[in-house]
Amino acid sequence: MFDRLYTPSVWSEMERLQREMNRLFNAFSPGWMRPAPCFPAVNVWANEEGQVVTAELPGVKMDDLDISVVNDTLTISGKRETAEPAGNGKYHRQERECGSFSRTISLPYPVDADKVEAVMEEGVLRITLPRAEADKPRKITVKSA
Amino acid sequence: MSKEIEVKKKQEIAPAEGQERARDRSLFVPLADIYETDDSVYVAADMPGVNENSVDITLDKNVLTIRGEVDAVAPQGYRPVYLEYGVGDYERKFVLSNEIDREKIEASVKDGVLSLKLPKVGPAIARKITVKKG
Repeated sequence: MFDRLYTPSVWSEMERLQREMNRLFNAFSPGWMRPAPCFPAVNVWANEEGQVVTAELPGVKMDDLDISVVNDTLTISGKRETAEPAGNGKYHRQERECGSFSRTISLPYPVDADKVEAVMEEGVLRITLPRAEADKPRKITVKSA
Repeated sequence: MSKEIEVKKKQEIAPAEGQERARDRSLFVPLADIYETDDSVYVAADMPGVNENSVDITLDKNVLTIRGEVDAVAPQGYRPVYLEYGVGDYERKFVLSNEIDREKIEASVKDGVLSLKLPKVGPAIARKITVKKG
């Protein structure tokens, strides 16, 4: 009855899910993938000192990118231009989209705007946003009376 | 005002039943454009995180395979708080309908986009076949 060869596809789907979950937990525990509401999808990382935001923006030039920070709000906007192909031919498939984009993200901590660094490498944007000094946790020493 | 780019979820390739990949990484399908002119086929693929050393292109008969390895790791000393995309390798195969001049293939990677120029062999001969009524 339960011969694995004839098990319904539900099983393989379950196995796939399980594999996926294991991998996710191994790679990025305890994070969980959420659907991106708009372009570009971002990953946000944090520690007590600050946060890092990464986004995949292949084909976007640094000059076409605009990054702004106000307190704990980060806005990434820009455009991706079409590289005009040579000669007059035709597209067999066109999956890579061009156009403008703008995304605003609420960060875990307010940011020290002067110390924000953005690097674009191989189509991957990485923004390092140090936590504002005033927001950092303070160690309180308890004096003996 | 140009149109807004829509967000697309990265399409992941699951390993075949009972198989495991040598590299412990996810595998994604890169989004691609294919454009054909009279003398060449152009392929552009979005492969963020890939550079000229980590990309691998093979043309076996008329099957073009593009692969890219991404070794990006999580930022050191940070914990993930909000994740929307996965990072991993890329792979995609295309069956080309034209014969390609292998010696003249040009490939480059810039800003995470792989660009390929695949020149066709000889001049394109267009021949129309008329079907006669029997």
